[in-house]
Amino acid sequence: MKKMAIIATKGTLDMAYPPFILGSTAAALGYEVQIFFTFYGLQLLRKDLSDVKISPLANPAMPMPVPMPVFVQMLPGMETMATMMMKDKLKKKGVASLEELRSLCLEADVKFVACQMTVDLFDFEKSDFIDNVEYGGAATFLEFAGDTDICLFV
Amino acid sequence: MNFDKELDARGLSCPLPILKTKKSLADMTSGQVLKVVSTDCGSVKDMQAFASQTGNTLVSQTEENKEYIFFMQKK
Repeated sequence: MKKMAIIATKGTLDMAYPPFILGSTAAALGYEVQIFFTFYGLQLLRKDLSDVKISPLANPAMPMPVPMPVFVQMLPGMETMATMMMKDKLKKKGVASLEELRSLCLEADVKFVACQMTVDLFDFEKSDFIDNVEYGGAATFLEFAGDTDICLFV
Repeated sequence: MNFDKELDARGLSCPLPILKTKKSLADMTSGQVLKVVSTDCGSVKDMQAFASQTGNTLVSQTEENKEYIFFMQKK
């Protein structure tokens, strides 16, 4: 059986998609998949994903409906608005929600491992996370990753 | 073409047509044919890639009014 390992280190809406899309698809293609969530990637394991947002700030490649100077992007509420608009767009284009892709991963037996060190670093509560998570460190990840066909850092 | 089951994947984007195809095939028996209708032009290449990696046979694929119709035979 082919194997794929992914390290998910980002907790923004745009960067949350690649691990879940590739994880669920690889599982559908018969891969054994493990995703290791560390640093801000841990946000993707929360039961409630509503804090996973996208920001136009420091993201000059983000297509905007109207050109927007950086000082406007800094105003309160801009991040929430950008996130709402992006989620609306994703829905209209038939792109699955993060919640849906994450459940599809779990249904397909994609293994989620949370980095214990960063869980402690940020004082996260395990009760904030979904149930199907294992906890481990670098050696745990490398044990699986050392024997994979595809290994990605996101 | 005869088929045993149909999957309507219209309006869905990558990777949902593939994931739903996989799920639909799971309840079928070897040799049965699944018809998939998709509006995602990316699924044309993806269905071929899915078939070649999973061993299922993509019996035919056609396009009709911007809809892509696939017949996938289960391994």
